[in-house]
Amino acid sequence: MSLPPPSTIIRGRTWVWPDDVNTDIIIPFRFKARTNDPVEMAKYAMYGFDPEFYKKVKPGDLFVAGRNFGGGSSREQAPVAIKYSGVAAVVAESFARIFYRNSFAIGLPALEVPGITKQVFQWDDLEVNLEDWTVKKVKDGKLFHALPVPDFLRGLMREGGLVEYYKKHKNFPWEQVRQLA
Amino acid sequence: MSQTILNNDSLTFAEKIISVKADGGQKIHQAGEIAVIPADMAMAQDSTGPLAIKVFREMGVQKVWDPKKIHLVIDHSFPAPDEKVANLHILIREFVTQQGVRLVEGSISHQHLLENHVVPGMVLFGADSHTCQAGAIGAFATGIGSSEMAAVWASGKLWVRVPESIKINLTGQFKKGVYSRDIITHFIGMVGEDGGNYKSLEWKGPAVKNLSISSRACISNNSMECGCKLSIFEVDPATQDYFKTANRKAMLEIHSGPKAHYKEEYDIDLGTLEPQVWGPGNESKVRAAGEFGDDHLDEVFIGSSTNGRYEDLQVVGKILKGHKVKAGTRCIITPASRNVFERAITDGLAETFLQSGAVFTNATCGACVGTHLGVLGENETCLSTSPRNYVGRMGATTAKIYLSSPATAAASALEGRIADPRRYI
Repeated sequence: MSLPPPSTIIRGRTWVWPDDVNTDIIIPFRFKARTNDPVEMAKYAMYGFDPEFYKKVKPGDLFVAGRNFGGGSSREQAPVAIKYSGVAAVVAESFARIFYRNSFAIGLPALEVPGITKQVFQWDDLEVNLEDWTVKKVKDGKLFHALPVPDFLRGLMREGGLVEYYKKHKNFPWEQVRQLA
Repeated sequence: MSQTILNNDSLTFAEKIISVKADGGQKIHQAGEIAVIPADMAMAQDSTGPLAIKVFREMGVQKVWDPKKIHLVIDHSFPAPDEKVANLHILIREFVTQQGVRLVEGSISHQHLLENHVVPGMVLFGADSHTCQAGAIGAFATGIGSSEMAAVWASGKLWVRVPESIKINLTGQFKKGVYSRDIITHFIGMVGEDGGNYKSLEWKGPAVKNLSISSRACISNNSMECGCKLSIFEVDPATQDYFKTANRKAMLEIHSGPKAHYKEEYDIDLGTLEPQVWGPGNESKVRAAGEFGDDHLDEVFIGSSTNGRYEDLQVVGKILKGHKVKAGTRCIITPASRNVFERAITDGLAETFLQSGAVFTNATCGACVGTHLGVLGENETCLSTSPRNYVGRMGATTAKIYLSSPATAAASALEGRIADPRRYI
């Protein structure tokens, strides 16, 4: 089963997480090593903080996190578990390198906004705009510009990740990178 | 042009290797730029491979780009501890047969590639974060996820951002009881868990020549815990000797230019280091092994891709010989590869381990990943030589994990608490 590509404008309430949320917190190894099914992976999303998280999250919820979100393992099951739990986008002060790449590769919107955790709090409503690459606080209209990423990566994410992209174009988005860099 | 790039005075290792590999070496790529580079080798293991296989099939690709360059390794949970894992292993074996790619079962991927396949100047993409270990022999080696691995299998290429570099200047000589693991633990304690995020670490300085390839591999491997993309020891006489013995040839020997730009520089005098312990949990600080009290250790785990090599087991053997592991503490020793396992059996190390009361297992990632061979229960405390002390990493979320060198772990197994190894050396 695959999920549709993300909408251009995403609105939702936020879960706020601290710095250094690593991939073993997002989905412990012992669970991710025993399934290849994204729906099953979603049952263990954020298990290290709250084993019941998957029951509490609502479709369209957003994550706001501190520095180094997704540190540690290369496990793509981490962004997959988050995406299939219903979370529509992750906004963080910064992301760990592999988690960030994986988010684009699977079509989970991941935006870097330094300082965001000082401005946004648990359950605040946010609007994430994937066209402008911005985040808006609904309550007071305060607008944050996410750090820029190359167009080919934004395109990849908006088409829903590598599987969807390859099925449609029969190539990978970085194959034209000389023009895009 | 490639030779001009290699001789350039002001480029880092990362800038040179990416520039030489991308676009046939026609252009210099500096830190911050994006380039597409061909893979010389691609590796996935039993917890990332199954998802990569699924994605590869969903993309509708029929054939991998080059079966000889693709390695599947069943190492994390080997042999399978239960039916669910066993079924994912079957998926890997079917894919291997179908595509004609390489398969190894029962050696840790990073150690297997170091012993048998990877060479200096190679580009290695691995669906495992600790792939950066191969930087120890001057390879471009970095971790990626499963979907990007599927893309590499399909096309043999991947995009990279040229990383900024950090230089660490190593000087001085170790005091007794201090090892390469203590260098990297100390460094992570200094820069923090994201101190190397997106960066290439270059280990330099006069003390490097005294570090064995295994000791360098420990540092490059564990560098992942500060988030780096690469962790590089350039080729030197020790590397050349290693490959002469292994009968393998370097693809390229790359040396950063003397005027290369580093975003940060650090100095570490090995003579000032004490045996280091990091933990428990990722929010805690690094402290000297002697600073701990009498808190009971339920388990000591010696192994993993960070510290399960032959030279590690030799140090452990010297400390355990003629002593007994403390009653009430489990000591589990797991070699990093079949080769290490066999050597430990033929040279008597295995006997020493067993006589001390330790458990000596087959080669696998083992207890490090919390699926088998030493899973931690509720509120248990463990000292481990594995790379990660994350909450829930080795089992129960309430378990506490400390990390140290093999020497500190062995001494601690004898005392049933965190102990300074120098008492036993």
